[in-house]
Amino acid sequence: MRFVDEFREPELISRTAEEIRRLAGTELHYRMMEVCGGHTHAIYRFGLKDILPSNIELIHGPGCPVCVLPMGRIDDGLAIAQQPDVIFAAFGDMMRVPGTQGSPLEHKARGMDVRIVYSPSDALKLARLNPEKHVMFFAIGFETTAPSTALTMMRARAEGIRNFSVFCNHVTIIPAIRAILDSPDMRLDAFIGPGHVSTVIGCRPYEWIAQNERKPIVVSGFEPLDLLQSIVMLLRQLNAGEARVENQYKRVVPWEGNHAALRAMAEVFQLRPYFEWRGLGFISQSALRVNDKYAEWDAEQRFEVPGIRVTDPKAAQCGEVLKGVLKPHQCKLFGRECTPEHPIGALMVSTEGSCAAYHSYEHRKAAMEPSLTSIA
Amino acid sequence: MCLAIPGKIVEISSGNADSALVEVAGVRRKIDLGLLQDDKPVPGDWVLIHVGFAMSKISEQDALEQMNTLKILGEAEGAIQEVKGYGLEDVN
Repeated sequence: MRFVDEFREPELISRTAEEIRRLAGTELHYRMMEVCGGHTHAIYRFGLKDILPSNIELIHGPGCPVCVLPMGRIDDGLAIAQQPDVIFAAFGDMMRVPGTQGSPLEHKARGMDVRIVYSPSDALKLARLNPEKHVMFFAIGFETTAPSTALTMMRARAEGIRNFSVFCNHVTIIPAIRAILDSPDMRLDAFIGPGHVSTVIGCRPYEWIAQNERKPIVVSGFEPLDLLQSIVMLLRQLNAGEARVENQYKRVVPWEGNHAALRAMAEVFQLRPYFEWRGLGFISQSALRVNDKYAEWDAEQRFEVPGIRVTDPKAAQCGEVLKGVLKPHQCKLFGRECTPEHPIGALMVSTEGSCAAYHSYEHRKAAMEPSLTSIA
Repeated sequence: MCLAIPGKIVEISSGNADSALVEVAGVRRKIDLGLLQDDKPVPGDWVLIHVGFAMSKISEQDALEQMNTLKILGEAEGAIQEVKGYGLEDVN
């Protein structure tokens, strides 16, 4: 009970949970996917699952950029950084992610010049400060971080900074949703749409999900009340047989997105014909590459890239978990061979991955940390 | 990287209109405003920050709630570490 005050409007949370129970008081089983890794993390942290009726199933989607990055891309980026006078710069999230020859941090211990940056513009600053070296920024993320990488490359070009390049691993969320919907064993009724990605892309790109696939989608904020309200909005649509795009997170997400951010992405990037996602395989037009105008700042065009492919371990059932066919703990490796300390599958790699979140959630439950159950 | 950090614009840099001093939970760092060029914030405005770039303008109330969300997600400390890391060794 001591955590009740931490949540905004606990009474409203309680009433919203009651409304969910009322709306879900049907014979139906509701399968909802939260696409965004931040939502997955929030759902586990708040113990949301415990207050939902048993016929509402939350399925954790592909929206964790660290998790879906193929191991071969890490190997490729590190191979470039093996060359003399190259500095490997990346966000802290990347530092412990294993490649076949170890993580960036392990390469640093073996003598590679590896730097943590918190912003792509700081990678560019490293290049300014180290004119005798080449700084390669290992870029990851969905549309939340891709515009910042793009603007940084525009600045590098405008300033004529030539000892800087980007190894681009940016991915786009819509084709991943499409791949999940196209999968023959897909079992989803509705989507909780990503919050911060949508500040950039807006709500229009989701319209085909409603119109063509007849699945409701609600763009949601990250607080317990946001997520519960989004579930209410989805249940109302599902019970009425409707399929629309709704925006629960209006206070942050404009329907049209952020035009300046979209312009920066269009200036620097183009779609790759296909890109590999850990756990999902190759998805067409699902990632960004640097266009020819910015070739000089594209690590893949500037350096010899080995193009390493590492097959996902067969025993890890990440794909089935991503599509909602299996729960994390139903995977053969979960909690045994595959743990957050020694991840084998993609979804165990980052705290936002559904298996890692599930794993730490089970520990949290044991430790009786804060949860919504006390108020709802 | 994926969760947005709320900050208050303290001042716009005199030499560079795309750069601003921002305050996040008492920590002051420079951030980039280039992705808000269609709707430039002014000192006193609140913004959501991703990887050193302001991505959207928000109300003060939403900013405070976002910080609270980060706290209850156990991410507030990480967010402040991220902000402290902006600008490499530059410390204001």
